[in-house]
Amino acid sequence: MDDLIADFLTETHEGLAALDVALVRLEKAPDDAPTVSEIFRVIHTIKGTCGFLGLSRLEKVAHAGENVLGRYRDGTLKVTPDGITLILRALDRIKAIIAGLEQTGTEPAGDDAALIAALDAAAEGSADATPAAEPTAEQPMERPMEQPMEQPMERPTEQPAEQPVQEAGGIAAPQSIRVSVEVLEDLMTLVSELVLTRNQLMQVARARSDQAFSVPLQRLSHITSDLQDGVMKTRMQPIGNAWAKLPRLVRELAREVSKKIDLEMRGEATELDRQVLELIKDPLTHMVRNSADHGLESTEERRRAGKSETGRIMLNAYHEGGHILIEIADDGKGLNTARIREKAVTQGLATEAEVAAMPDAEIHRFIFRAGFSTAAAVTAVSGRGVGMDVVKTNVERIGGTIDVASTTGRGTSFTIKIPLTLAIVSALVVQVAGERFAIPQIGVVEMVRVGGASGARIERIKDAPVLRLRDRLLPLVSLARVLGLEEEARDARDESGFVVVTQVGASLFGLIVDELHDTEEIVVKPVPPILRHIGVFSGNTILGDGSVIMILDPNGIARATGVTAPGTATSTAEGAGGGMRSSEKTAMLLFRAGDATPKAVPLGLVARLDDLPVEQIEFSGGVPVVQYRGELMPLLAIGQDGLSPDAAERGRQTVLVFSEGSRSLGLMVDAILDVVEERLEIKGGQDRPGFLGSAVVGSKVTDVLDTAWWLRRSGTDWFGAADAAPSRRLLVVEDSPFYRELVVPTLSAAGYDVVAVAGPAEALRLRDRGAVFDAIVSDIEMPGMDGFAFARTVRDGGPWAGLPLVALSGRGDASALHSAREAGFTDFVTKHDRESLLESLRTCLALPVAA
Amino acid sequence: MRSQSIQTGTAEADLVLTITVGGQTCGVPVLTVRDVLGTQSITPIPLASAEIEGAMNLRGRIVTAVDLRRRLGLPAREKGAQPMSVVVEHGGELYAMLADAVGDVVPLQAADRAANPPTLDPLWRDVSRGVHQRDGQLLILLDVDRVLTIGGDR
Repeated sequence: MDDLIADFLTETHEGLAALDVALVRLEKAPDDAPTVSEIFRVIHTIKGTCGFLGLSRLEKVAHAGENVLGRYRDGTLKVTPDGITLILRALDRIKAIIAGLEQTGTEPAGDDAALIAALDAAAEGSADATPAAEPTAEQPMERPMEQPMEQPMERPTEQPAEQPVQEAGGIAAPQSIRVSVEVLEDLMTLVSELVLTRNQLMQVARARSDQAFSVPLQRLSHITSDLQDGVMKTRMQPIGNAWAKLPRLVRELAREVSKKIDLEMRGEATELDRQVLELIKDPLTHMVRNSADHGLESTEERRRAGKSETGRIMLNAYHEGGHILIEIADDGKGLNTARIREKAVTQGLATEAEVAAMPDAEIHRFIFRAGFSTAAAVTAVSGRGVGMDVVKTNVERIGGTIDVASTTGRGTSFTIKIPLTLAIVSALVVQVAGERFAIPQIGVVEMVRVGGASGARIERIKDAPVLRLRDRLLPLVSLARVLGLEEEARDARDESGFVVVTQVGASLFGLIVDELHDTEEIVVKPVPPILRHIGVFSGNTILGDGSVIMILDPNGIARATGVTAPGTATSTAEGAGGGMRSSEKTAMLLFRAGDATPKAVPLGLVARLDDLPVEQIEFSGGVPVVQYRGELMPLLAIGQDGLSPDAAERGRQTVLVFSEGSRSLGLMVDAILDVVEERLEIKGGQDRPGFLGSAVVGSKVTDVLDTAWWLRRSGTDWFGAADAAPSRRLLVVEDSPFYRELVVPTLSAAGYDVVAVAGPAEALRLRDRGAVFDAIVSDIEMPGMDGFAFARTVRDGGPWAGLPLVALSGRGDASALHSAREAGFTDFVTKHDRESLLESLRTCLALPVAA
Repeated sequence: MRSQSIQTGTAEADLVLTITVGGQTCGVPVLTVRDVLGTQSITPIPLASAEIEGAMNLRGRIVTAVDLRRRLGLPAREKGAQPMSVVVEHGGELYAMLADAVGDVVPLQAADRAANPPTLDPLWRDVSRGVHQRDGQLLILLDVDRVLTIGGDR
């Protein structure tokens, strides 16, 4: 094939991909001048280049399309859905011709007269006032003469200026050359080998400590790392590239099935390895199609269900601990749990008794089972599951996992978790029970030496090990125990070792290991399928010394140790709707007090645990108190009045201490049971004072403590007195009742006058009614209008435009912070971080209110 | 690989590598065998199925080792006995099947193959493609794909 034509094809592909997105955008906002110009320019360029290359058929179609777009651009023709459909048809024709061109090197034969006539008719449609209704037949003769000359000159200068305007497109950066994918792949393989060889050399050099070698070796090592970074970068592409076709797909599906569908895409800029990108493209398309086709109800059904007529499909991509998470959520009817259960039984995948005992989430996972979905009857009734097993297989092929969460009537959300790259990461090598393992550096926050002379010591609450790290209780996990390498809980081991503090999402936990080795650059190789069911490994690799080592997956370990039902598949999905749940796992302290039902409280709220000698407990005005750091700390009983039944016998009383500034409050409990990481779903009403409701924790019904209620019971003035500042009015916007219950008491206790609402809409109603506040604290992820949109709306004008706005988010990464600032938030605080929130509010309110 | 015993006139597909596992002679189709190795250093993999001995490094590629004794429900190898690794490819991945000893490459005629006796242990029946009689001994022809269908993948 002619080189010129090959270049033209590559360029045109890019242009066309961007066009699909732009056209759908145009339909939504017909007055968007930059979008019209952008579309016009791409078509114009195609037309110009075709003339130059002598591709007459392509040129004619492009020309006719350009005429219509030209009218749109000049504003002499109104943008209509029909017009857009026509342009899309022209694009399809252009694509078809290009496909033919690619295969044979010449334009395929075909008749475009009808399409051109339709386009011309559209162009003339309301062409009343325009004098230049030129006969279209002449055009091809005239234009090519002038176009080819100016095109090549125009493009390079034009593009840089356009970049900022264009958001979702994929047009290449101005200074770029095209390199074939094969060359990049070869480079990557070579770099991987180089890294391994470098590692081997380093290992040898370390053993010899020969000065003559060490300096150039160091240099070689640096260059290798830089080279590796560089090559990795060439492979990274924004995930938006894989999504470019979706808006159009959804638009067409919506027209086909007469639904109103909004496709919302977040995190398009999230980059991932192109190899991974290619492999997930099809599964993603498939799932979006599923959501549009089966997940969302018809307009009529939605109206009857009291939902907005327009269904939402949300795509969201973000990084988490060396992985990329992609969520595909819809606010449709959700999976039909009963039908799936029934089918699972009739297809012999599980017995009646088994499914009866399964939680819904487990039932929903049947849609991933091979063969489950292929039966037509299932597809029709369950409304979902067309080839979900295929999707799962594809995702697993690249070492990823997929999960589903669904709420009847609320929607379904799929979460795909895939490795960032299949290539190279930096990892910390640790040793436990004589075996070595690698932990990806990205998940490691810090390392703490425990035991010995350093002072840090592993403590146990019942059997759960914890570490007191800078005034917070860090739940610990024994790596040996997780991996089944430890026969007995050996206390001797606890005496000395290391804790690797690891972050998964927003929560922290510590891994207990025996020894730390160095960090190494490792080439990640996926584990073979027969090991893939073991959730705690993300891959394996070969170290510098030639030995094979397994790579640990901190997310998997967090899941394996969290008390999700044993043996179940991974569960990373966030719920589709709001409701009474926390989307992240929360470390919960389980204890017993009063009756036999276990009680739970978020570990983050507990300042410390004490086992007080009974004789230290005094009574002041009938209230038990203890002296602590020169202050009196009141003690409240959760169960019955007074001390625990066995306190007198043991001579000690177990107390949970909650702190606020220099003041503390103790809750007397009978026994500490455990610390678990659990995604909470609180059920039941709030009719019982002192409890938010109950949740299933480790398959047991557990009462969740309403910390606020207990703090209030200790006397409001007790806390209020701590802060002499005049009462400031705060508005809290938070969709999850669970977090509202956590945040509001914290703020009230700090002396603020708090009003909490469940969403931006409610908040804006308050504004319109003239409510006055000193500051606003808002969640980011909320159904409907999210925190960013809310912030923008507030900043847009109105009485609240100048108020300090504090964002609350489960995710504390830099990109979220950046987006928050951009949306107009004054500050950004992660959920659970009570101190930071209070600090942030103090700072915000101390500042002069920005006008 | 020992190719000297390949006899002319025999189609390659009929050649098998004989191995011994717990006293039983088994055959592995030669075409599936990538390598035969002596004692290797093997990294154990915690939480893996019992049949999986661990992972090893074969010239920069990671090979998952499957102990045939455990896979076939035989008693464990005596302490100190050094197994041989027969490396095969399955689903794009390399696996090493650990056997007690590796014998010769011998030709086997498909026509001489007897079906699995119904009394054969189900575990064996699952992985056996048939039984051959050779030098007065019975040889079980292993189905490599079945042998390597283990664990969560099953």
